[in-house]
Amino acid sequence: MIVGERKPFSEILSMVEGYSKILILGCGSCVTVCMAGGEEEVRILGSQLRMAFRRNGNNAEVTELVALRQCDDEYMEDAPLLEKVKEADIVVSMACGVGVQHASTFFNRVIDDKTIRVVPALNTTFMGANIDVGEWHERCLGCGDCVLEKTGGICPITRCAKSLLNGPCGGSFNGKCEVNKDTDCAWHLIIERLDALGELDNLKALEMYKDWRPSHSGGPRKTVREDIRI
Amino acid sequence: MKSGSNLERFLERGEFVVTGELGPPKGTDVDVVKEKAAMLKDSVDAVNITDNQSATVRMSSIAASKILIDEGLEPTMQMVARDRNRIAMMADLFGAAAFGIRNMLCLSGDHQVFGNHPEAKNVFDIDSIQMIHMVKTMRDEHKVICEDEIEGEFTMFIGAACNPFADPAWYRPHRLAKKVEAGVDFIQTQCIYDMNRFRAFMKHVVDMGLHEKCKILAGVTPLKSVGMARYMAANVSGIIIPDDMINRLRDAGKGKVAAEGIKILCEQMQELRDIEGVAGIHLMAIEWEHRVPEIMKMAGFLPRPTV
Amino acid sequence: MKEFEPRIIAFCCHYCALAAADVAGKMEFQFPPSVRVIRVLCTGKVEILHLLKALEAGADGVVVIGCKFGECYFREGNYRAQKKVERAKSLLEEVGIEQGRLRFDFVPGPGAKKFAAILSTMTEEVKALGPNPLRS
Repeated sequence: MIVGERKPFSEILSMVEGYSKILILGCGSCVTVCMAGGEEEVRILGSQLRMAFRRNGNNAEVTELVALRQCDDEYMEDAPLLEKVKEADIVVSMACGVGVQHASTFFNRVIDDKTIRVVPALNTTFMGANIDVGEWHERCLGCGDCVLEKTGGICPITRCAKSLLNGPCGGSFNGKCEVNKDTDCAWHLIIERLDALGELDNLKALEMYKDWRPSHSGGPRKTVREDIRI
Repeated sequence: MKSGSNLERFLERGEFVVTGELGPPKGTDVDVVKEKAAMLKDSVDAVNITDNQSATVRMSSIAASKILIDEGLEPTMQMVARDRNRIAMMADLFGAAAFGIRNMLCLSGDHQVFGNHPEAKNVFDIDSIQMIHMVKTMRDEHKVICEDEIEGEFTMFIGAACNPFADPAWYRPHRLAKKVEAGVDFIQTQCIYDMNRFRAFMKHVVDMGLHEKCKILAGVTPLKSVGMARYMAANVSGIIIPDDMINRLRDAGKGKVAAEGIKILCEQMQELRDIEGVAGIHLMAIEWEHRVPEIMKMAGFLPRPTV
Repeated sequence: MKEFEPRIIAFCCHYCALAAADVAGKMEFQFPPSVRVIRVLCTGKVEILHLLKALEAGADGVVVIGCKFGECYFREGNYRAQKKVERAKSLLEEVGIEQGRLRFDFVPGPGAKKFAAILSTMTEEVKALGPNPLRS
């Protein structure tokens, strides 16, 4: 899932400065699961904004809503939601970067009489797994050419700080990465896993230069399923 | 001959080589490079020029290597995977060869978080092992990665690093084997202090026949103080310093620790000469280049061979 | 000028805290007058939002009182409450509301004396901070 963290309050406050009708729009998908932009976080931000406004003698109105998802039109084609969006003069989206952008595109496509301003309340960080209560770790950076079959299910591109493909560097220390002693050395994990699987021979073959074209390096990507488009 | 460099020639004819190291300045001060070069000239067979070591911005290895050539020394240009993609690497290699640089070291590179610009984006387009393969392809097939022909000559003696005691330790000879398979000509190890463990490592390497396929140079660094020893043992991956070595330093007495460190180093160098599979020594005395001639003399390694 | 009587909201768990409140009442301990007790089954049920809303609504101070660590009827509700209070404090700091207006504490069950002491200390501290800055 996509993981993010809410921006510092002061940053959000300065984004909404000068606006008088603020709509905080949460998202019920990934950011709810990683507790960054779901209903609870929307209501907390709302409470904080109202308190900050009252302290500064600011009369701005704050409205709180949640869309099930902001990266799909279907989940925002809701008349009451669109009414609130039209009434607001700024939408603070608590979705991930995808949701913020898509909401902005969508609202501006379906609403004619004004341009809708959508700002991000989150810093979207990575694609990761919930490895423990309240803890998410990065697992995939979307290289577009998955090698997990060769490395026992552990990604060297994402989990190795140097994206090495042929084994650990000389900085692997007690099974940890030289960059951060709390981070596991991915290659140490891979070697252990392949050993357990009886597949250590996988490491003998030279892994050749990666073709980075399928990754973001090749430019912003898209996937089209022609078979479902008429 | 793969490159015709002195380093290659000496190794080919069975000389026990000694290479040194030089860190370029954090700026344009050519005189600093020349001064350090002067200290090392005639004391070592080739000099490694580091490439933004510890991710700290310094004069480029290729530029400093050229200065060394102009001063009459033989450089070993280091190239890390952190700052350049394959395109820039091959371009720099063309330039290096054109300048007469004949030895290079293919390295992953310290992560930029260690340096003075931790906020920079890193590259890591290819890793050190792929880099070895790339340079070998350029030299032996005369082609770049995409198989376009290289215009003009290209030769290079290809080196890489080895950290015999980094984790997982049992895997390290296998990693070395992979570098050999990729086409490495010579290896320089991370600094050794624990001679017994190194002997065990070399036995494994010799059993695998790797010493015949590439030339292995054992890395050494003089210990200047007990503090330095403890710091390195605690913080640098793969550095293991036996207790009795630390005790020797401590017992040397105030003001005499550095001298004892040099004595230990000289003993080590002589011992390393006798370990099967060790073809030479890589002496890393960064910021202590002025002591290298005396160390080499004390260890009985002078004069150096000539072409 | 009328002396400032801080309006304190006390989220009290049903087990130790409310038992303590009960006994304290029977023993006629002196409570500060403007304390409002809100019973929760366990302090673990208290949400960060409740704490923020209490201050947003104008409370001068909020205290969450649970069982002693190790004695929570639901095992770890009090640990969770303490963590939430810590987070709420930093959220309040972000909007310029003093961290001293929010507090987590615990009583041994039924620690009437401690219960009364928590409330009077809280009242004193909040008195020193003055009325909730949002009230003007």
